[in-house]
This record gives sequence, structure tokens and C-alpha cells, in this order.
Amino acid sequence: MAVKDYLRERFFPHLWCPGCGHGEVLGGLIRAIERLGLRKNDIVMVSGIGCSSRIVGYVDFHTMHTIHGRALAFATGVKLARPELTLIVPMGDGDALAIGGNHFIHAARRNIDITAIVMNNRIYGMTGGQFSPLSGVNVSATTAPFRTIDKSFDIVELSRAAGATFVARSTTYHAQHLSEVIEKAIRHKGFSVVEVLTQCPTYFGRKNRIGDAPEMVKWLKDHTTPVGSKAKQENPELIERGVFVDIEAPEYCEEYGRMVERAMGGRR
Amino acid sequence: MGKTVRFVQGNEACVEGALYAGLNFYAGYPITPSTEIAELLSLKLPQRGGKFIQMEDEIASLCAIIGASLTGCKVMTATSGPGFSLMQEALGYAVMAEIPCVIVDVQRGGPSTGIPTHVSQGDVNQARWGTHGDHAIITLTASNHQDVFAITVEAFNLSETYRTPVILLFDEVVAHMREKLVLPEPGELHTVERLKTAVKEGVDYHPYLPREDGRLPMSDFGGVHRYNVTGLVHDMWGFPSTEPRVVHGLLRHLVDKIENRAHELARFKEFHLDDADIVLISYGSSARSALHLVEERRRRGERLGLLELQTLWPLPADVVRTRCSRARAVVVVEMNMGQLLPSVKLAVERPDRVFLANRIDGVFITPADIHNILRIIQGKGV
Repeated sequence: MAVKDYLRERFFPHLWCPGCGHGEVLGGLIRAIERLGLRKNDIVMVSGIGCSSRIVGYVDFHTMHTIHGRALAFATGVKLARPELTLIVPMGDGDALAIGGNHFIHAARRNIDITAIVMNNRIYGMTGGQFSPLSGVNVSATTAPFRTIDKSFDIVELSRAAGATFVARSTTYHAQHLSEVIEKAIRHKGFSVVEVLTQCPTYFGRKNRIGDAPEMVKWLKDHTTPVGSKAKQENPELIERGVFVDIEAPEYCEEYGRMVERAMGGRR
Repeated sequence: MGKTVRFVQGNEACVEGALYAGLNFYAGYPITPSTEIAELLSLKLPQRGGKFIQMEDEIASLCAIIGASLTGCKVMTATSGPGFSLMQEALGYAVMAEIPCVIVDVQRGGPSTGIPTHVSQGDVNQARWGTHGDHAIITLTASNHQDVFAITVEAFNLSETYRTPVILLFDEVVAHMREKLVLPEPGELHTVERLKTAVKEGVDYHPYLPREDGRLPMSDFGGVHRYNVTGLVHDMWGFPSTEPRVVHGLLRHLVDKIENRAHELARFKEFHLDDADIVLISYGSSARSALHLVEERRRRGERLGLLELQTLWPLPADVVRTRCSRARAVVVVEMNMGQLLPSVKLAVERPDRVFLANRIDGVFITPADIHNILRIIQGKGV
């Protein structure tokens, strides 16, 4: 199938600003699904609220646009009810890790077979440029006129500690790599997290004088390096990209199936 | 074959009713006085191949059952006041996206943490207006275990029929009291299965285009029809819209499908109302004391009657009005500061004759409490 066969063309043009990175994530995701050869009827995409969450409107799968921060909780219900379906949950950084932080760590703890894609542009875009738990310190935002003093989460380390069994990071500059790690994440059995560093030129870029979209994407190129690279040893400020965690562990729905066998056996 | 007779708590009667109705997915979080529902279902659902999951909080619990409902499951969660407060946003989502689900709120004393182990009926108005925005809601209750079982089955039936969340508003006394429950045989009570679309694969399915009878056939997630579900105002495709005609049409549909059917949705019981000159109106465990008083005063020749409401929302206003039309006094008996009272006053012809008999101290209201208040209303003193 062609990429456009996975899209709901009738609902374009999309609502994202010119230069926004979310379209690149959508592109990488669709190409990954195409390579995996998944049937559209077998995919359920669940999102919360925010610019990134609108991604579900544009894809021709079973789609659920839910409430802020809770997408993983809805997705957990869908997955446990129908474990054979492929669950993909695109989220923004605030959606996933501020209001949705508790659901995020608990989905990881359960190791339920859901692919979480955190589109991290370090800002609340839909509400107009407020800082998020991923903004980090010394960032300008509409709610940080004197720059932020709040430290940032490290999504990779948080996911690892919470029990995610696949954790990767990529950027919108590295489009090919981005699509490849999403493919690996969907293929992985268990809770998988892909953090995508992406650009919000409208708010983050403008408020922090980083420049327009091409300059922000170039920033992602210049400030990231493959995991374990020599460049990282020389410059610890660089952000690593690649696969950080990829381990096998009991998956929640499979374990539930085994528990049901025990429960039904115990009754006889 | 003899009937199965059990001696159970109200919470267990609710569980048995839910399973009878076809519950196969439950998500919940422990909270007094509803916890027995989760405990029992963690045992019984896996034994029959159903799904039970303990979530990280009440918000996640309601979200999870909404997700499961979209795959075709019959779903429920149970909680008490604090958890019910947390569920309000997701409840509105289920209203907006028209997703069948049953939410049990076993009421305890509030506000806030309140008195977790004592009785109250303080969530009546939260059930009606807890979630934001104009909406309609179905809220049911019962006063004894046989009725808890039956009304739980009804909750699932109405939820499937009208594609709406249904709230079961029980209280601590009914939930924890033990009494007899005769389990109905399969087929004895009517159960409603989900209305699935007849639209074939490859033909456009409109998830939010009502049929002529107003009903919306569903298609399971994972099935042949792929569509969008959202909490935003949406068109017949389930896609966001700010078109005034679409906004107006959707809000009218969501409210009218329930409010216009208040008569069909009315579940109530009548005791000695034919010649009653004092009508008590009550619900839940309060109705037990009200009934006791009515029967006791009848033996003394006093013409008391009881209208026990099982549907609280939408309030069966016509039932209230007709049953109270000949009464000298109407006394609303509830364990709160008069949450149903204003709606009863709006329903009757003589609101000046409507009084409140209540208790708000965490202690179960007794027939003597109601009797004392009746004497004051009658000008007799205590």
C-alpha cells in the first residue's frame, strides 16, 4: 500500500503550523507501519489532547481522541480487551509526562504491549506556548517570563526505571532513523517508548530566539549524537539518540491469559 | 430445580446483577465502601474468562472501561465519592462520545474524604451535574438486594440501548448490609445486547448518524469499520466540528435522547399511595425507613404512602406530580441537605407543601427520625 492509503485524505489540510515537526512523525510512523505490513483494521491509535494528539484524525485506523493525559489508560482498556490489536499512542510531552505522568509510569510498569510515541517539543503548543516538564531550566515561555527554574524529566531514564522494555530516542532531523525506531518499537512485545525530539517554531523557537523551523531542525542535528558515540564522551552536553533499552520480559496481556487459565483450572 | 438463594452484601448483589447482565470487563481502584465489588470481580471475572484490571487511580479506571467498551465489551467500574469526583471528566467523555458503560458510586459521607465508613446520599447532585457542560445522565438506585440486582441489570440495558454512561448510586447501608438475594434464572430478567451496525464492509459507516428511531448502531474497534471517536464536538463521522448547526444538533441529541424519554426511563415503586394524604418520597436505604414508617402508621389508621424512586435522573417528574396531586403534604426523605428536594418541588403542583426529612450526621435515618419530623410538619411537636 502507498503512504496515502493509510491517511484520511478528506480531513486534510492538517491543523499543524508551518514548520511543525509533528507531520514528520506522522510520516515516519506511516512508513514504519507500511514496512511492517500491518492491516489497518488491526491498528488502534489512541491519543489525548494537544497538537500532537490530533495525529489520530489523519490516519485511517480505529482512532480515539480522548482527554488530556489519559490516552494510555484508554489504550490499556482497549489492549486488555482485545490483545491481538496493535495499540499506538502518540502523545505530547505535557500530555504524556505532566498530566499523564502517572498513567505513563504505570503502563511501563505493567509492560503492556503498547507503543507510546512522545513527541517532545518542550512546550505546550495548543494553549499557546507555556513551559512543560520537558522544557528544562532557563527556557522562555508564556508562563515563564523570567525563564524556567523547573528541571526536566529525562524520558529515557524515566521509562527505563518505570519498567518499559523498549526505549528509544530520535529526532525529526533523522527521519529515516525515526521511522526505523518506531518500526522496532511496534514490533517489540511489551511497553515501548519512542521519544521524538521535535520542533515548535511557533512558540518554543520564537520565545527562545532559536530561529525558524530549519534552524530548529539543524539544532537537533547539531545537539544529538548516536548512543555510545565518542562525541558524547567529548561533549557530555550532547543528547544521545538510538535504542537504549530492548529487553524481553513478561507482557501484561499474556500474563493475564495465564492467570485466567489458572483461575479456570482452579474452579474445576 | 430450586432457586439459588444467597445471603449477601448489597455490593455482592450488584456484582451478581452485573455478571447476569453480561459484564465482561471491569477496571477499578480500591475505595471504601465499594471495594467488595472489585474484590469479588477480581475472583469471578477471570474464572469466566472475563477481564479485571486494577488501575492506578479512578480516572484511569473509567478511561480503561471506556476503551474496552469500544471493542464490544460490557463494562463497569465502582467507586465512592472521592473517586467519583475524579471520574467526572471521563464521564463527560463517555456522554459526548456515546459509549456504553456503568459507573457504580457507593455513597459515603462527604465532602472530601468525609466519613468513609458511614452512610450518606450526598452525591445525588454530583451524579446529575458533576461533569461540565450541558448534558443528560441516567442515574439509578435501589433500597434492597433483590432490587440492587435487578437495577444493575437495568443499568446495563439502558446503557446499551441509549449509548450512554449509567450511574448506579448506591449507599453504604445498602452496600454493606446483608440480606437475602434470590438469584434469577438465566432468561428470567431481560438483558439487552449491543446494537451492532448492519453496514457491510466497504460501505460507509457513520458512527454518529442516528437511525430513524434515534439509536446509533455501533461497530467494534478491531472490526471492519474504522472511525474516529472524540470528546470534541463532532459530526456524523466522529470528526471535530465547530459548525453551529453541528454543535446545536449534537447537544440537542445528547440531551433529548434521555430527557425526552424520562417517562420510559422511570423506575419506581409505590406503597399505599391510592388514598395517601401524606406522601413520602425516598430512595436507596432511606426508603427502607420510610417504608417501615408508612406500614407502621397504616396499622394505626394514618393514611401515609411511599413513592420509592429508583430512577433519580432524569427525575420522573410526571410520576411525582400525579402521585402527589391529592397529598396534603409531601415529605422527601433523604440523607443529605435536600439534594432531590428542589426537583420534587418543581415537579408538584403545590411546592409549598413539600418538606424535607433528613439526617446528615453519618447515622442511618430511622423511622423514628422521619416520624418526629412528620409531627413537626403536622404541627404536633415531637
